[in-house]
Amino acid sequence: MTFSSGVLGRLAVLGLLGGIFQLTTVSQVSIFGVPADLSPLLVASVGFLTGSVSGAVFGFCLGLFVDTVLLQTLGVNSLVFTGIGYGAGRVRELRDPAHTLAPVLVGAAATAIAAVGFSLLQFLLGVEAPVSLQLLRQILMTIVLNTLLALPVYAVCRRVLLPFLPDDPRRRRRRAYTTGGLSPLSRA
Amino acid sequence: MHDKVVRRRRAVLAALVVLSLFLLTAYFGESSGGPLHAVQRTTMEVVAPIQEGANRALKPFRDLFGWFGDTLDAKEERDKLRAERDALGKELAEVTVQKRELEQLKGLEEINSAGGLAAYEPVTARVIARSPSSWYQTFQINKGSSDGVRVDQPVVNSAGLVGKVKEVSDGNALVMLLTDPEFGVSARSLESGEPGSVHPAVGAAGDLRFELVPNAKEVRRGERIITAGTSTSARVSDLESLYPRAIPIGTVKRIEAGEGELDRVIHVEPAADLHSLDLVEVLIEPGADLRAQAP
Repeated sequence: MTFSSGVLGRLAVLGLLGGIFQLTTVSQVSIFGVPADLSPLLVASVGFLTGSVSGAVFGFCLGLFVDTVLLQTLGVNSLVFTGIGYGAGRVRELRDPAHTLAPVLVGAAATAIAAVGFSLLQFLLGVEAPVSLQLLRQILMTIVLNTLLALPVYAVCRRVLLPFLPDDPRRRRRRAYTTGGLSPLSRA
Repeated sequence: MHDKVVRRRRAVLAALVVLSLFLLTAYFGESSGGPLHAVQRTTMEVVAPIQEGANRALKPFRDLFGWFGDTLDAKEERDKLRAERDALGKELAEVTVQKRELEQLKGLEEINSAGGLAAYEPVTARVIARSPSSWYQTFQINKGSSDGVRVDQPVVNSAGLVGKVKEVSDGNALVMLLTDPEFGVSARSLESGEPGSVHPAVGAAGDLRFELVPNAKEVRRGERIITAGTSTSARVSDLESLYPRAIPIGTVKRIEAGEGELDRVIHVEPAADLHSLDLVEVLIEPGADLRAQAP
């Protein structure tokens, strides 16, 4: 994927709007007793769609934005999201999973890594919080909730970035049929 | 070419990780007035109006989700409160029963000491079964012959006479209520002192009649009727009655005037609430006072 100003602009808008939507709305709505966290899903989806480098950069920027706006220790979310974006991109580059539910698995894994990584870093930084069953339950519930949201978030990211994505062979074939092209069967 | 791409990728990752760690260390190490904190505050001030606008614009969306969440929470809370209500209801019922029993025990204790029934060696018993008839003409108690209960012994509660023992087994007894058609007791009006006998009114559940009263016109409405302590009237003989004297039977509810003196019908309302009996006493020595008076 080539990084034109268009794709950079769209990624910036996606990150900004996604971040604000997360902070102003999603964080304030509790389902199963916990709010969903769209940030790791966004990073994982972008990484999964665009590749490891852009995923890592997007993750770093979104993490920095979240840390800045929430007045948290700078660098914590950046570090975690960088890893998530990079990892999601590498999954696409190495495996190229074609299954429709692959983004769901990637999203679930990204949420788990984000939750555990964030907690670990907080402990390393000396933030005093007991490792309680409630904390583990919250992490688990966030993973479950994010797993349910992974597919819609991925769909939105894909739609936003679609013009800049490399042509998918399956999509190209479908387009050929609908614009009057002949199917391999009819040609035979 | 491939190596170049790999090197570039790794370099970007390393740079970002290093940058993150640098930010983390620098931020953690500086005071709250440091440059990174200042940048953070400035950014927050810039973003705050956007956040506020977004917050307002997205409020309906948030409310919608909040409504779903609240509904789920409310359902959960409702189930919890229902369970709590059921538990409290059960507890309340238990406490109410205990309170009622306590009141009855208190009443029995009072009638034993103040009413003088202690002399008749009362045995407290619990009602364990009742006749399914709406008139409750018999009921079963948890005391029997092993407790000294015998047939025909009087049964009372804190309000007055309830009936008499009809049948006895080793651990239980069947009590006939004073509204049973077979029941009869020699009685006396308390204020006018007129003797007579009390029988259930035929065809009128819960109604008693004070009959065979020589001077029935002397009896007034509201007058209390008590046991006479003799088999019939005092004029016949002082035969030992099944029932000790002066146990309240009921109150004169109404008087129907007849052609003659003996045609007057005196209706008596039982003193004891026969529909709500939990604890009663069987007087296992009903003739104790007569024996004590004997020379």
